[in-house]
Amino acid sequence: MTGIVIEARGLRKDYGAMAAVAGIDLDIHRGEIFGLLGPNGAGKTTTILMILGLTESSGGTVRVLGEDPIRNPLAVKRRVGYLPDAVGFYDNLTARENLRYTLRLAGMPRTDAERRIEEAMARVRLAEVTDKRVATYSRGMRQRLGIAEIIAKNAEIAILDEPTSGLDPQATFELLDMIRDLKADGVAVLLSSHLLDRVQSICDRVALFNHGAIALQGTVKELGQQVLGAGHAAHVEADGLDIERKLRAVAGVQKLEREGKGWRLISDRDVMADVAQVVVQGGGRLQRLAAAEPSLEAIYARYFEEHQDAA
Amino acid sequence: MQREGSPFTGVGAVFLKEYADHLSSVRMRVLELLVVAIGVVIVAFAIVNMRETVTRDEFLFLNLFLYQREGSIVPSLLGVLAILIPLMAIGLGFDSVNSEFNRRTMSRILAQPIYRDALLLGKFLAGLCTLSTGLIALWLLIVGAALITMGVPPSGEEVARSIAFLFVAIAFAGVWLAIAMLFSVMFRSAATSALCALGLWLFMTLVWPIMVEVLAPMLATPDPLAARLGLPSDSQVDWYLGLARVSPASLFGDASMAVLQPDPNMTRIPTIGMLGQLQGMVRGGALPLNQSLLLAWPQITALIAAVIVVFAIAYVAFQRQEVRA
Ligand SMILES: Nc1ncnc2c1ncn2[C@@H]1O[C@H](COP(=O)(O)OP(=O)(O)OP(=O)(O)O)[C@@H](O)[C@H]1O
Ligand SMILES: [Mg+2]
Repeated sequence: MTGIVIEARGLRKDYGAMAAVAGIDLDIHRGEIFGLLGPNGAGKTTTILMILGLTESSGGTVRVLGEDPIRNPLAVKRRVGYLPDAVGFYDNLTARENLRYTLRLAGMPRTDAERRIEEAMARVRLAEVTDKRVATYSRGMRQRLGIAEIIAKNAEIAILDEPTSGLDPQATFELLDMIRDLKADGVAVLLSSHLLDRVQSICDRVALFNHGAIALQGTVKELGQQVLGAGHAAHVEADGLDIERKLRAVAGVQKLEREGKGWRLISDRDVMADVAQVVVQGGGRLQRLAAAEPSLEAIYARYFEEHQDAA
Repeated sequence: MQREGSPFTGVGAVFLKEYADHLSSVRMRVLELLVVAIGVVIVAFAIVNMRETVTRDEFLFLNLFLYQREGSIVPSLLGVLAILIPLMAIGLGFDSVNSEFNRRTMSRILAQPIYRDALLLGKFLAGLCTLSTGLIALWLLIVGAALITMGVPPSGEEVARSIAFLFVAIAFAGVWLAIAMLFSVMFRSAATSALCALGLWLFMTLVWPIMVEVLAPMLATPDPLAARLGLPSDSQVDWYLGLARVSPASLFGDASMAVLQPDPNMTRIPTIGMLGQLQGMVRGGALPLNQSLLLAWPQITALIAAVIVVFAIAYVAFQRQEVRA
């Protein structure tokens, strides 16, 4: 078996005259975390529903674990876990009863299911509230319960739609940790999100959606080079007379913008040594100088700035 | 398109969950309380009155279902059930599908390895079983009441006839359950769905009988001979029967009468009385059970066919639906 678990070719979905998804190509590999990013209405959810076979495509092909999700829906759904955006559970039932029901639907034998529920609830740190009614759960707990369902189901692929929307920073951080754990188990994760900086920290590769098409695809670093047009980014914090002009004058620096207490510096080559020299020679004090990953936020903002007319 | 796997995978799981939900729901408690309270009152009323008026009758127990005092506004138990059963069925079915959307559980459930068929069928069967549970409880209550107050156990034939009636009642409940579920597929708002189901029910109960009276003479081919005699013509009777049978309540009434009332001439329902005469039955003679069943058979099959047709429409509508809320 190849390493590719989800493969889409020319996948499209038309609603009337409007193309919600206009022919996309995707390859998602075993054990990676892949992010679908894009503004509201870009077609992320539609893409996910087509991959799951919950919506029929208008053209193109999808293969999930080698199967066609429309022709062999059961084979696909048995092996894929799905966390919809704004996930809901039966409020009148306990978490255990909710999971028991989905695992029964998934055809898991009773004794296995009970054991897996215990394990999964412990993994998402909900073990103490397993027998509480879901009505008493907070937003973050529901989201974690959704992850527990995927773990308990023993899915090979986890598809998470906006898993972090509506969560506070702490809850987001915990949830991302759980997604990383999924990856550590060898599960391929496909997630969609708006929270770019948070997603950046866990995604191996991302696809940037724009009006139903994938504008950019690759690792965050590759996208940075493509969009920001530079190989290197750095963060500088320094005091000194007229420091900004001096930094701008360093050979190779293409762009300088304020970021926090200092500047974000984009250059076409490694300019760290030159920057340090300029600051010190100018009589300033260098407080911080670090190479930075290009921020997805910046890539995203820049990309949509540049393609406004196309939009 | 050819599909892999059985469409029935998961029906059992859905059924068990929904059935447990129904039985533990407050809504079901209220409905059951209503049925039992009304059942007890009507049966008590019948028993008290029958003691005074009716002399020993071969079918005393069956009379409990049918008894209505001359000129009284208190309906028979059968008449009450004709109203209560649709209400209970609508009460259980009007939000069965749209509530999954509103609770945002639909896409999570449909992402499990089952077909949509299983979800719909499991929900329908659970609703039907819940209604049957209620009706059987009511039936037992009546048998018990009859035993205690009259001191005579119902005869074997009476029990058989009342069980046949139970079956008719369940089929009738199935029709309205399927209708309510169809509306729950069509409308995302539970209130709209309930309103439409109740509206249809009111139309069928109040408006349709009037329309039948008006339409039948208009649609019938004129028959001068019958007109001169002041009798309805054959064609008029055909139209009358045909139109009346569009209403599930009339199918239920006819079929129940046929199984509960062994003497076809005693029935107040014209269709059965006429059928009895048409088939050249002896006036005043009680029919054996199998003859009564034969008489009720067209109505029973029509009820079952209606369940299947409405369910199929709901199924097709559900298949085409977007899972996105
Ligand atoms: N049932 C439908 N009928 C018509 N258009 C639809 C339907 N469902 C979605 N769309 C349209 O398809 C486009 C893509 O929607 P989709 O939900 O995939 O976007 P998204 O990227 O998930 O957005 P969000 O970030 O808001 O969730 C939108 O413009 C939406 O209006
Ligand atoms: Mg979306």
